[in-house]
Amino acid sequence: MDWQALWLTARLATIVSAILLVVSVPLAHWIVFSRRRWTFLVESIVSLPLVLPPTVLGFYLLMAMGTRSPLGRLWIDWTGHPLAFTFEGLVVASLFYSLPFAVQPIATAFSQIDPTLREASATLGGSTLRTFFRIVLPLSIEGVIAGAVLSFAHTVGEFGVVLMVGGNLPGVTRTISLSIYDHVQALQYREATATALFMLAFAFAVLLAVYGLRRRPLAAGPLA
Amino acid sequence: MTLAVHLTKRLHAGFVLDVSFLAEPGVTILFGASGSGKTTILRCVAGLARPDAGRIAIGDRTVFDHDGGVDVPVPDRRIGYVFQQLALFPHLTVAHNIGYGLAALSRAERHRRIAEAAASFRIQNLLDRRPGQISGGERQRTALARALVTEPKALLLDEPLSALDYAIQLHIMDDLRRWNAGRRIPILYVTHSHREAFALGERLIALEHGGILASGSPHEVLDHPAQAPLAEIAGFENVFPATVSARRERAGTMQCVLTGTATELEVPLGAAADGTAIHVAIRAGDILLSDREPAGLSARNVLRGKVVDMALHGSTVVATIDADACFVVHLTPGGVDTLGLRPGASVWLIIKTYSCRVARSPWHS
Repeated sequence: MDWQALWLTARLATIVSAILLVVSVPLAHWIVFSRRRWTFLVESIVSLPLVLPPTVLGFYLLMAMGTRSPLGRLWIDWTGHPLAFTFEGLVVASLFYSLPFAVQPIATAFSQIDPTLREASATLGGSTLRTFFRIVLPLSIEGVIAGAVLSFAHTVGEFGVVLMVGGNLPGVTRTISLSIYDHVQALQYREATATALFMLAFAFAVLLAVYGLRRRPLAAGPLA
Repeated sequence: MTLAVHLTKRLHAGFVLDVSFLAEPGVTILFGASGSGKTTILRCVAGLARPDAGRIAIGDRTVFDHDGGVDVPVPDRRIGYVFQQLALFPHLTVAHNIGYGLAALSRAERHRRIAEAAASFRIQNLLDRRPGQISGGERQRTALARALVTEPKALLLDEPLSALDYAIQLHIMDDLRRWNAGRRIPILYVTHSHREAFALGERLIALEHGGILASGSPHEVLDHPAQAPLAEIAGFENVFPATVSARRERAGTMQCVLTGTATELEVPLGAAADGTAIHVAIRAGDILLSDREPAGLSARNVLRGKVVDMALHGSTVVATIDADACFVVHLTPGGVDTLGLRPGASVWLIIKTYSCRVARSPWHS
């Protein structure tokens, strides 16, 4: 087992899913509850990584991070080194790649809330913020947790984007899935088997958590 | 405090809500069939829907004025709303539901107000329960207490009691009246039930197709046959436009001619002069059929016709009979056999005078 890669992957996924949680909740709120007609446009953009080949996404991100792009130059001016092939670059790329996996379960949970509950809150003097924290969030908490868990798991498992944007630098950008690939390339099947088995158990545990949570939603049953 | 509502709102092609009324302190019933625009009026007053034009004010406080550019946000309107589905917060206890609108108060004051409201609506023993753990009537009381504890300037009730037993309805309305006795806020109560309208309302506004058909006391509007709004006869299978041809004050009846036919019917006397356009409504189950010309009957309306069509719906046979005007008649399969009824057969229709319901035509008042 490549413990260095495992530790790096855990750090990456934790940071990415934490940031995504902060970004996705307001984004999903806007997509679901906004009365604007072009929410579908934002929804489509957010979901692009679901259908785009990871190498395509990775390619564009690499271009955007390069020294010739304004964004890449801005980062160099700011930090003194390029974004590509660094841990930070990996975080940025993973944010885009895993965004739909956080936004979609949260948006789905929000859209299942009876709209009259939000209206009732408003008629009782509740602001949008109060309505969110007292009504929307408690009633969709399992969707929010599912979003965090899925984006974490998805970040752990990504391969193509990581390879394009991060390269494969041990301790910097070599994640656990790249490590398996390396083991196989080096014909180290024992190591590859151990890591793959570990990942299989991890993925299964994640899904158990997500679906187990859906089996007992907070507001269902006798409390609905 | 008076609630003044003037609004127009286009809901979909061919349906424009256009109403103008004052709701005095106390209960005003908004009465009409579903689709007449009642709920939309409440939503506009609460600010949940936006009128295309008009003005809404509570006392001298304007909450919406299209021309003046006023549109007070929902949380700032201070208008209580009890939704048809109640919309209690399922994850909060009864106490937290009631206290939801009291966030600005101190903890002690909030608890005092929750206890007071719970006592007014007799749910003080349920404060720790959640909405899923109490009965329908108790949920109803919780929703009322939650809306009223905030001391709103007006209260909107959207068919809140229709799912409950009549006795419980009356009980809850008594509690509501007692609560409002000292406060005197205007309460708009939406219903399509006759019984609720009579039992609960001091004043009634009858709506039809987005407009006001009539207003007054429930008895004035609903009891007088000639004043009955069309909404009331919406459930009748046979509705004919007609013209009053003769009044027989002494007999308590009048003759009318169904528009576009030579068919004349005797109907109960109403406050309609000769030549007035009215609607005559007859339930399909109130029409008798005979296979020969009847004699020695008290029923005054006997019409000869021909069976055009027969269809079985569940255990009811729906017959369409052409007697110059086209009538729909409900009868049992047994009745069909006894009469030997089949399409093309000659029949006589027998309709009692008091089976005919007369409604004022809205476009002729």
